[in-house]
Amino acid sequence: MTLKLAPVLSRAWDEQDSYTLEGYRRREGYTAIRKALTEMTPDEVIGEVKESGLRGRGGGGFPTGVKWSFIPQGDGKPHYFVVNADESEPGTCKDIPTMLANPHELIEGIVIGSYAIRSHQAFIYVRGEVTHVARRLLAAVREAYAAGFLGKDILGSGFDLDLTVHVGAGAYICGEETALLDSLEGRRGQPRNRPPFPAVEGLYASPTVVNNVESVASVPSILRNGKDWFRTFGSEKSPGFGFFSLSGHVTRPGQYEAGLGVTLRELLDLAGGIRHGHRLKFWTPGGSSTPLFTDEHLDVPLDFENVASAGSILGTRALQVFDETTCVVRAALRWTEFYAHESCGKCTPCREGTYWLVQAYRRLEAGQGDEAELEKLLDICDNINGRAFCALGDGAVSPIVSSIKYFRDEYLEHLRQGGCPFDPSRTTVWAPALTGAY
Amino acid sequence: MSTAELGLPAVPAKGYPQDVKERLDQDADAVIARYPVKRSALLPLLHLVQSEEGFVSGDGIKYCADKLDLTTAEVSGVATFYSMYKRRQVGDYHVGVCTNTLCAVLGGDEIFATLKEHLGVENDQRTEVSAGVPEAQGKSLTLEHIECNAACDFAPVMTVNWELFDNMTPEKAKQLVDDLLAGREVVASRGPAVCSFRETERILAGFEDRREDAVHGGTIAPESIVGLRVAQARGESA
Ligand SMILES: Cc1cc2nc3c(=O)[nH]c(=O)nc-3n(C[C@H](O)[C@H](O)[C@H](O)COP(=O)(O)O)c2cc1C
Ligand code: SF4
Ligand code: FES
Repeated sequence: MTLKLAPVLSRAWDEQDSYTLEGYRRREGYTAIRKALTEMTPDEVIGEVKESGLRGRGGGGFPTGVKWSFIPQGDGKPHYFVVNADESEPGTCKDIPTMLANPHELIEGIVIGSYAIRSHQAFIYVRGEVTHVARRLLAAVREAYAAGFLGKDILGSGFDLDLTVHVGAGAYICGEETALLDSLEGRRGQPRNRPPFPAVEGLYASPTVVNNVESVASVPSILRNGKDWFRTFGSEKSPGFGFFSLSGHVTRPGQYEAGLGVTLRELLDLAGGIRHGHRLKFWTPGGSSTPLFTDEHLDVPLDFENVASAGSILGTRALQVFDETTCVVRAALRWTEFYAHESCGKCTPCREGTYWLVQAYRRLEAGQGDEAELEKLLDICDNINGRAFCALGDGAVSPIVSSIKYFRDEYLEHLRQGGCPFDPSRTTVWAPALTGAY
Repeated sequence: MSTAELGLPAVPAKGYPQDVKERLDQDADAVIARYPVKRSALLPLLHLVQSEEGFVSGDGIKYCADKLDLTTAEVSGVATFYSMYKRRQVGDYHVGVCTNTLCAVLGGDEIFATLKEHLGVENDQRTEVSAGVPEAQGKSLTLEHIECNAACDFAPVMTVNWELFDNMTPEKAKQLVDDLLAGREVVASRGPAVCSFRETERILAGFEDRREDAVHGGTIAPESIVGLRVAQARGESA
C-alpha cells in the first residue's frame, strides 16, 4: 500500500506546547534556518525550493521557487516578503490551525524566504477575525526575536530581518494578493492592475513576494530533508504534501495532511465515511470558488492536473462535503450572497453582476418564475466570468454554473413545486439519525 | 435621532480630550514604528481607536488622520471598507454566528434564528442592557451573522470577540449568550477566557494580551489532529 498520510506540518500538533519555541525546537525547529543562512547562498536556497517542485498552497499553485527567482537583484530597492494569512475562502480552514499549533515553522520559513529574496522586512497579513491566532503569532515572533532568529545578524550570518504581524479587518478580497498589498499600505483592499506584478512593483512599489502560510511553512522541511524527499510525496507535476480539510457531512471532519493526489474516496475511508445513513451528493474540491464535484468524482486524484482535467480547480483543498439532505440551490445561493457581500466594487461585471445574481437566485429558490430564470442566471454568469477585474468574479460563478450543470432538475423542481422541496432541519448535525431511510 | 439618521452631514469631530490622546499616543507610536511607511499603520490604528470606544467614532477617525497626516475623508473611506470596524457602539461582547453555506447547512441558520429570538435583536443589533436575562449584570452584546471563519471542520461555528466556539448547537448558543450577559466567565474552545470587546481590539492592534497566560489558552482540538492520529495508528510518518 502506498503511503497516503504525510503529517509534516501537523506532526506534533498533539503535543500540548507545539506552538512554543521550546516545543518547536524539540522537533528540529530552526535547524533549516542555520543550514540556509550559514551554508547556502540565497540563490542556492531558491534553487533548492525550485527543484523541490513546491507549488503555491494558497490556491493558484504557482511554483514557489520560480516566484522567488523573479525578484530582481541589485536593483537598489528594498524587497518585501509578505505572508498571506487572510484565509477566508469558504471551506478553507488549514492556515488557522497551522498558525495556532505551529507558528514557529511559519516564522522559520519566513526567515529562509526573506534571505533567499534578500528582504529585510517581512509581514504576516493575518485575517482579523481570529483573536487567538493574533495572540499566538505575536508571542511566537517575540520568542523568535529573543532567541536571535529574527532581528539583527541572525545566527551570526550578517543577515537582518524584521517581521511585523499585521492584523486585517474583515474583507475576503484582501486575500487576493494585490488587494492585500493595498490593504497593507493602509488603503481600501482593492485589486491592482497587473502588470506590473508584485515581484517588480509590490508593496510600496518595491519587489515583493506574496506567499500563502502553508507554502512558506513547507519550506523548512524541504531544507531539512532535501528536495528529493519532498518529491517522494505527491505526483510528478504536483509534488509534496498538503492539508486536505474535510468538513460537512462526514463522520470525522478535520485536517488530513497527505501527499497530493489522494482521492476523496480514500480520505472518506480514513474519516469514517459520510455521516451514518446518508450518501454523498456534492462537494467542493478547493473551496467555494472551485466548481462543484459529485459522487462521479470520488476517484479523481486531488492534484493540480487531475482536478483541472475533471473540470474544477484544486484550490485550497477545502473539501466541503454535503449529503443528499442538502438542497444545492440553497447552498449555491448562500455562496452567491457571500460573493455579493465581498465584491470590492471596483469593476462593474462583479459589483453589479453579483447583486443581480442574488436577486434572481432568491426568486428561483422561492420557486418563482420559469425556466427562463435559469437562463438569465447563466447569462449573468457569462457576463462576469472572464470579464471581471480579478478572480473573485470568476469564483463567484463557479458554484452556480457547476450546480446547474449537475443538478438542473433540482432547480426545475423548485419551480414546479413553487418552493424548496427540501427540509432544512434534516441537514443539521443534530438532526435525528435516519433509520433505514435509504 | 443622530444627525446621520436624519441625513444631515456630521458635525466635524472635535477629537479626543488631551488625556485620552496622550494615553493613546503611547500605543499609536509603537504601532507606527512597526512600518517602513506610516500609512500602513492605519488598519491597526483603527483597531486601536475601536479598543478605546467600542466602535470607530468621528473622534477616532480624526485621531487616526492626525497621526498619519491623512484627511478624515481618507480614513473614513478605509474604515467603511472593512466589516470589522463598527460605526455603532458594540456591546461588551461581539457575538458572531457563521452562516456561510457549510455552517448554515450544518445548523448555523437555526442557531442564528434561535439567538435572534432569544435575545430579541436583529442582525448587527445590540441587546438592551439586561435584555430578557434575569440575572444580567448590565452587560450587553451585539449579535451578527458572519462569513466563513476558517473553522469549517468545527461547524457550526460561533465567535465571541473573534474567539472560536466550535461545534455549537442552539442550546449551547443560548447558554453562551446567557453566560455573557450574566457576567459569568466564558472560555473559548480554542482560546482562553473571553475578555471584553475593547480589550480584544487592542490585541488586534498588534499588542499582546495583558493576561500573560492567555496565549496558552485552549485545548488540542480532535479535528485538528484527526489525520495525525490516523497516521500514527497506521504507522505512517513523513
Ligand atoms: C478573491 C481571492 C481571495 C484569495 N484569498 C487568499 C487567501 O486567503 N490566502 C491565500 O494564501 N491566497 C489567497 N488568494 C490567492 C492569492 O492571490 C495568491 O495567489 C497567493 O497568496 C499566492 O501564494 P502561494 O503562491 O503561496 O499560493 C486569493 C485569491 C483571490 C482571487
Ligand atoms: S472582480 Fe469583484 S472583487 Fe475583483 S476587482 Fe472586480 S469588483 Fe472587485
Ligand atoms: S463555513 Fe462556517 S467556518 Fe467555514
